[in-house]
Amino acid sequence: MKSEFTPPFGKITQIVGQCISLIGNDIDTDRIIPARFLKCVNFDSLGKSVFEDDRETLKGQHPFDLEENKNASILIVNSNFGCGSSREHAPQALMRWGIKAIIGESFAEIFYSNCIAIGIPCFTLPKKSIQDIQKYTDNKSLFLEIGIKNSLAKSKDLNFNLEIKESSRKMFLSGEWDATSTLLENENLIENKFNNLPYLKF
Amino acid sequence: MSQDTLFDKVWDLHKVSSLPGGSDQIFIGLHLIHEVTSPQAFGALKDKNLKVKFPSRTVATVDHIVPTDNQSRPFKDNLAEQMIDTLERNCLQHKINFFNIGSGNQGIVHVVAPELGLTQPGMTIACGDSHTSTHGAFGSIAFGIGTSQVRDVLATQTIAMNKLKVRQIWCDNKLSSGVYAKDLVLHIINKLGVKAGVGFAYEFAGPAIDELSMEERMTICNMSIEGGARCGYINPDEKTFSYIKNKLYAPKNENWDKALLWWKSLKSDENSIYDDVIKLDASKVEPTVTWGITPGQSLGINQQIPQLADLSPNDQFIAEEAYEYMGFKPGQSIKDTPVDVCFIGSCTNGRISDLRVAAKVLKDKKVSEKVKAFVVPGSEKVATEAKKEGLDEIFKDSGFQWREPGCSMCLAMNSDKLIGNQVSASSSNRNFKGRQGSPSGRTLLMSPAMVAAAAINGKVSDVREFINI
Ligand code: SF4
Repeated sequence: MKSEFTPPFGKITQIVGQCISLIGNDIDTDRIIPARFLKCVNFDSLGKSVFEDDRETLKGQHPFDLEENKNASILIVNSNFGCGSSREHAPQALMRWGIKAIIGESFAEIFYSNCIAIGIPCFTLPKKSIQDIQKYTDNKSLFLEIGIKNSLAKSKDLNFNLEIKESSRKMFLSGEWDATSTLLENENLIENKFNNLPYLKF
Repeated sequence: MSQDTLFDKVWDLHKVSSLPGGSDQIFIGLHLIHEVTSPQAFGALKDKNLKVKFPSRTVATVDHIVPTDNQSRPFKDNLAEQMIDTLERNCLQHKINFFNIGSGNQGIVHVVAPELGLTQPGMTIACGDSHTSTHGAFGSIAFGIGTSQVRDVLATQTIAMNKLKVRQIWCDNKLSSGVYAKDLVLHIINKLGVKAGVGFAYEFAGPAIDELSMEERMTICNMSIEGGARCGYINPDEKTFSYIKNKLYAPKNENWDKALLWWKSLKSDENSIYDDVIKLDASKVEPTVTWGITPGQSLGINQQIPQLADLSPNDQFIAEEAYEYMGFKPGQSIKDTPVDVCFIGSCTNGRISDLRVAAKVLKDKKVSEKVKAFVVPGSEKVATEAKKEGLDEIFKDSGFQWREPGCSMCLAMNSDKLIGNQVSASSSNRNFKGRQGSPSGRTLLMSPAMVAAAAINGKVSDVREFINI
């Protein structure tokens, strides 16, 4: 896992980082974080356990164990990524490993909304483009600069027009994905309620 | 859109703002936390460098993971110990009132808050637990929330939420003897379906509801979520007020008078508008038992497990899964099904009145030798009162084990679990596959009186044949 973890907050307009490819359709949340890690008191320790069972099987050859991927932050996946249970632990584990954005052919619905809620933008690309990126990252590292405003991913050699749900795009640009911060903006109104609710005076 | 219902009034009172995305920002008057869903939320506060906004509006207890045999610390289960320890430290650090084991006030969060007088009419109440709907029995608007919303309540005392629609469920006449609130709510879920309540708050009303005690009303509201409704409530009345009076956190003296005045103004107007109204006849409800793997798959004690053709196409798929998992055949009677384990407890039916009813059935009787039976009081207060009334002795004399308070085999996060494909007669609220600790364990939900009857006979029985109730 990367050194100090700081979660994203406020507006998210751009993500810059190295790509890491994970090939396969229907990668479910049980594979992302096996169920035994759910009885835990915080998400902190989940980063090191992400894909634990898959990594165990591949004995050091899993993309999340390769030295050259150590600092990667943009995950490239295929279709129906994150299917299975609704556990928020799955995107939390990815985030705490170091993932800041995901580009895939498609995502499972609850996984997708859990990602948005914790500040991981998920983009889609056609199968062909995903495969191009995955081939490219087989040979050398790919660094991408993703602009959320224009949904464009740029690198030295490649350019992609990414797809993202319009509502999610707006939420990242405005910071509204970060419910706590949005709610805190009304601090005065909250204080007002606290001071005026009848039963808080009994 | 509903208008002038209690739900509308309480919602409007607590609305802080309309958020750009279309949801409302709602102030939470009382926030309840426990060891399972709060630690990650406290972790998120730390990550974001935030404080608990109004620590006085959050109270904590420990319930899900506590052992019910030996509660001495450290717990034998390391993970359980780590969870209670984390909660203790979080409460200490953030100055949150924590009802720990041995305080006299510990217990299942939804049993504890009402019995301490924390739950009051007109409040909004949230807890990282789906059975928070229980508190609606007092005319509060109470719902379960997810971990990130627990974080939001800690940090801001508010959450973002879309307003719910309101469905009134009008229950005519009254329950016949030997039939309890649990039977009524299982019946309602069976009639409406487990998904019907999605997007709705359920208002339970009518003569049959008026007749119920506060504890029975809690049983009804508790299981709203099993019908898909995140929130269920009952308009407050004299019973509500007298239940709260003199409780530890109830308003006192002139504050009591002020509170009473305000509470009396809180109910759905005579001509309020509902999004939907459903009527049913409570006198027709029989002692009810679940036969399947959702709380909607239930039937009267004298009925047969439905044939596939009797079910709507929507229900057929899950019914087939249920026949197979439960090992039942369509057309088979539920009565006389042998049971291995009998469990009385949970936030649905672990209150003093539940223990009284069960004890009445068990008095001077013996539990079948084939059955392991145990009772887990819902809270330390329930346990104390039961002992004072000698109920613990009645249970023990009959062959029931008497345990310490907690959630226990409602969800089996401690060591109380079914083994293999054992069948349990359980007073809890969920009969999902594997819910009671064994991946092939089978759960039959029923009222505490029916659990007691099943314990004596070693098989599902009609409690009405037992006693003159
Ligand atoms: S008793 Fe069961 S349903 Fe109630 S809070 Fe505990 S685990 Fe949840």
